[in-house]
Amino acid sequence: MSKKNSEYLIKGDKDKWEVVIGLEVHAQVISNSKLFSGSSTKFGANPNTQVSLVDSAFPGMLPVINKYCVEQAVKTGLGLNAKINLHSVFDRKNYFYADLPQGYQISQYKNPIVGEGKVVLDLPNGSKTIGIERLHLEQDAGKSIHDIDPNNTYVDLNRSGIALMEIVSKPDLRSLDEVNAYVKKLRSIMRYLETCDGNMQEGSLRADVNVSVRKLGEKKLGTRCEIKNVNSIKFMQMAIDYEAKRQVGLLEDGKSIDQETRLFDTKKNETRSMRSKEDAHDYRYFPDPDLLPLKIDQKLIDDIKKKLPELPDQKKDRFIKEYALTPYEANVLVSEKEISDYYEEVAKFSDKKLAATWIMGDLFALLNNKDLSIAESPVSAKNLGKLIKSIKSGEISGRIAKEVFEYMTQSGEDPKKIIESKGLKQQSDPKELEKIIKEILKKNQKNVEKYKSGKEKIFGFFVGEVMKISKGKANPQLVNEILKKLLKG
Amino acid sequence: MTDITKKSLAQIVKAIKGKEISSTEVTAAFIKNIEKSKKLNAFITTCSDEAMKNAKEFDKNQKLDSLLPGVPIAVKDLFCTKSIKTTAGSKMLENFIPTYESTITKNLWSEGAFLLGKLNCDEYAMGSSNETSFYGNVINPIADQTVPGGSSGGSASALVADLTPATIGTDTGGSIRQPASFTGTVGLKPTYGLCSRWGIVAFASSLDQAGPMTKTVEDCALMLEAMATFDKKDSTSIKKKKENYFKNLKDDIKGIKIGIPKEYRVDNMPKEIEILWENGKKILKDAGAKIVDISLNHTKYALPAYYIVAPAEASSNLARYDGIKYGHRSSKGSNLIEMYENTRSEGFGDEVKRRILIGTYVLSSGYYDAYYLKAQKVRKLIKEDFDESFKNVDAILTPSTPSSAFKIGEKKDDPISMYLNDIFTVPANLAGIPAISIPSGKDKKDFPLGLQLIGKPLDEQKLLNIALAIEKRSGFKQSLKRWWEN
Amino acid sequence: MSIDKDKIKHVAKLARISLDEKKTDSLTKDLSSIFKFIEKLNELNTKNIEPLTSILNEPLRSRTDEINDGKIKDQILENSPKKNEEFFIVPKVVD
Repeated sequence: MSKKNSEYLIKGDKDKWEVVIGLEVHAQVISNSKLFSGSSTKFGANPNTQVSLVDSAFPGMLPVINKYCVEQAVKTGLGLNAKINLHSVFDRKNYFYADLPQGYQISQYKNPIVGEGKVVLDLPNGSKTIGIERLHLEQDAGKSIHDIDPNNTYVDLNRSGIALMEIVSKPDLRSLDEVNAYVKKLRSIMRYLETCDGNMQEGSLRADVNVSVRKLGEKKLGTRCEIKNVNSIKFMQMAIDYEAKRQVGLLEDGKSIDQETRLFDTKKNETRSMRSKEDAHDYRYFPDPDLLPLKIDQKLIDDIKKKLPELPDQKKDRFIKEYALTPYEANVLVSEKEISDYYEEVAKFSDKKLAATWIMGDLFALLNNKDLSIAESPVSAKNLGKLIKSIKSGEISGRIAKEVFEYMTQSGEDPKKIIESKGLKQQSDPKELEKIIKEILKKNQKNVEKYKSGKEKIFGFFVGEVMKISKGKANPQLVNEILKKLLKG
Repeated sequence: MTDITKKSLAQIVKAIKGKEISSTEVTAAFIKNIEKSKKLNAFITTCSDEAMKNAKEFDKNQKLDSLLPGVPIAVKDLFCTKSIKTTAGSKMLENFIPTYESTITKNLWSEGAFLLGKLNCDEYAMGSSNETSFYGNVINPIADQTVPGGSSGGSASALVADLTPATIGTDTGGSIRQPASFTGTVGLKPTYGLCSRWGIVAFASSLDQAGPMTKTVEDCALMLEAMATFDKKDSTSIKKKKENYFKNLKDDIKGIKIGIPKEYRVDNMPKEIEILWENGKKILKDAGAKIVDISLNHTKYALPAYYIVAPAEASSNLARYDGIKYGHRSSKGSNLIEMYENTRSEGFGDEVKRRILIGTYVLSSGYYDAYYLKAQKVRKLIKEDFDESFKNVDAILTPSTPSSAFKIGEKKDDPISMYLNDIFTVPANLAGIPAISIPSGKDKKDFPLGLQLIGKPLDEQKLLNIALAIEKRSGFKQSLKRWWEN
Repeated sequence: MSIDKDKIKHVAKLARISLDEKKTDSLTKDLSSIFKFIEKLNELNTKNIEPLTSILNEPLRSRTDEINDGKIKDQILENSPKKNEEFFIVPKVVD
């Protein structure tokens, strides 16, 4: 489905408008314990069971940083081709909310751990580089639950203090497709690196979206609005679309855009302003005096770089070069580490091109149908590889292979066993085939005459009959060869 | 029988170790004094029953090879003590019972001591006279209706009234040293990072330090040795080899260079303070030290810088008091914001509110550079002044306070005049260096006056040695009639 | 720089402290004189001075990624003025 990446423009009453988008992605760091305390980070625990005195900000409690979280941030920075800052500072971001027990969030303001980087997107009409402004570490907040009690909010601090990486993009995105590709690419990189599981349903990946518009051709940036806490790509796209149109509407009416924070209402599919404009947050950032500046050794960075797994872009280049895949094929197969691992295992056993075709075709169709991830595939990589090997060796035809695949999806069995037990081996004995073909030609003299007189389409009829007699097992190539030979003479 | 409560900590420890007296007898004696001394209002919580129980336990199988075996000690109510109410002198924590023990108090208990009670203090350690406590003013035993200093006013008062053999306080801008000076006792603020801040109700994180408050320099060394440990739960805790301050204490200071900073000679400095200072110089010279004139150029900017940095950090540290997890919660307010505003308005006293507002202001948008950032730059200059001076001297001698103890209510209406109490003590906090106050003289009211020694980072041993030299030669004596007893 | 009542009200709102008129007036007075005092710092030219970032000359210490805390729900909720078996309970935010 390589549809053209058409320009995403808002057609106003008077002009065409370009949409300028920047994303602030919050990615929960994969680690056993929290950023500044030793509580567990596991998802789904009973309320307030993964909370320490530090997490709940009791008097006299102090933060101590988790070394592994720092390494995860460095790893991610390297995966984003970004500059790792050897000196960074933790700042307090001060505001009041029920799920923020300290009354401040420990974050990074002027001196983040990772600086500028870039991410390359593969779009249908070519690749595009999106700039990364920075990545910093910060604490996640707890959860406020509003719908258990009509009069009160219930607070669970399990999530309070879990490490987050905030990845800020430059305002380089211009369309909904690009946003989709960007989030998926970020997610893919972090999943490859195992620094974030990217699970948007569980909240390990969320985004704030910055949207502004400007007339097509205009160089200056418009006033932007921030849409907070959007937790699915679909909602991101809907929010951006609504917001961009809203802004265009205002501007064409001669009004101006208020720089503000908005929420996306998933029920009404519209963005609306967060209440209390007077309560504009003044975060009063200052360096956290309970923590010293973070110093990172160049050696640590080099060590981490050495141990980095092959990333999607490198893998894609390798697939194109070594496996002769098309950029499109390679792109699809590296989009998830699980898929590329699966593919390489299948390809190892059989044929690299066929493996790609089968995975992207039949396997993906199966998985989509049953709403399964590749990790849950009923057909194992090994078995798929065996199936493809059987096609390649001529043991079965491509057509029969589809039948065998069907059986495999139901039983998860080894294809060789299925071929045996169901007697699906391809009939490739030329003598046998000649016998069958001669019979058919004898029985269908009229059609032979028609063919010889020029009706070439009748060839298909003969092939069909051979398939019928052989129950589809006749080797199509040989059938063609022998038929041609016999029809000539 | 001699009154054991009049003895120093070291003497009591010696007596217990020598089996001349039991922990039970010692504890009972202090409890008796406490019960008679309610007028001083030094205690917020007494733990007499628990203390007696601990004393009896100790006496059953005496472990004598620790630093403070069987000694009952009362501590400032800023240290979280497990299962014992900890209020920080505030209504906000009126009924807060920690489920954990601060590292410092834990260290004392592992050296054989046990809790005698929680001592009154200025609310959240903000104050210089112990007049901001929700639990009422503390009276200085040297004279009725006199302030003991603050914020560790209850600690100093209890100490000098023989209600505890020794105690601990916290010092953010002088809260140990100033009350020590006002009560004629010894108070030490260690190098920043030497004593763990874990479990101490935080006021200003980059300035707070726990320290000993004792009757003698020897006692101070003993307490510091018990208190100072590396704590991995505190990211600002210094890792260093443990020192035997008590054992290595000696008053031999021959050849030691003492700096006299001219900027500490402030305008309108009372004659008595001048005399005290001169006297101190003489004592040290006679003991073999060399006196050197030095300059600490930025001294006069220390107090303004302090009153930007400390409130800024406090405004953030006190944001956690929101009525949700612990502490006071207002019954007024129909939504979250109203609950916050009423809770904090009801729970905090005036001085705390003042400082939170100052702190919030100096950090707010548009003011950060002009105030907070500027103050941190001034702080750098002040630290560099000290670093430079310490290339030529081993320690610096100054007065501890610009006056002796004043009357209750005398400075309450003018915050600035109250803040000026800290003028000599604040620089050491800003620079993170150790400083000690030793009683060395009296004014014409017969009120005690203290001399301050400021030292190099982690140079507490030398500081204590010099302090001992002063103590031995100053001739300071204080014997109070227990006028406050009922 | 003068501190006026409106600034005090704004700052009090940021700090989530409610003040009545009388309190606002007295605090305005107090803070005005305190700020006059701290503005003494303006006498100093600190253009090329680096701010103090930390008192200690040590790098930030870190800990290993082990789970050694939490699982103390009762202790965490024990001191709360309003809670149930599982949650802290607070009034709703007015949206």
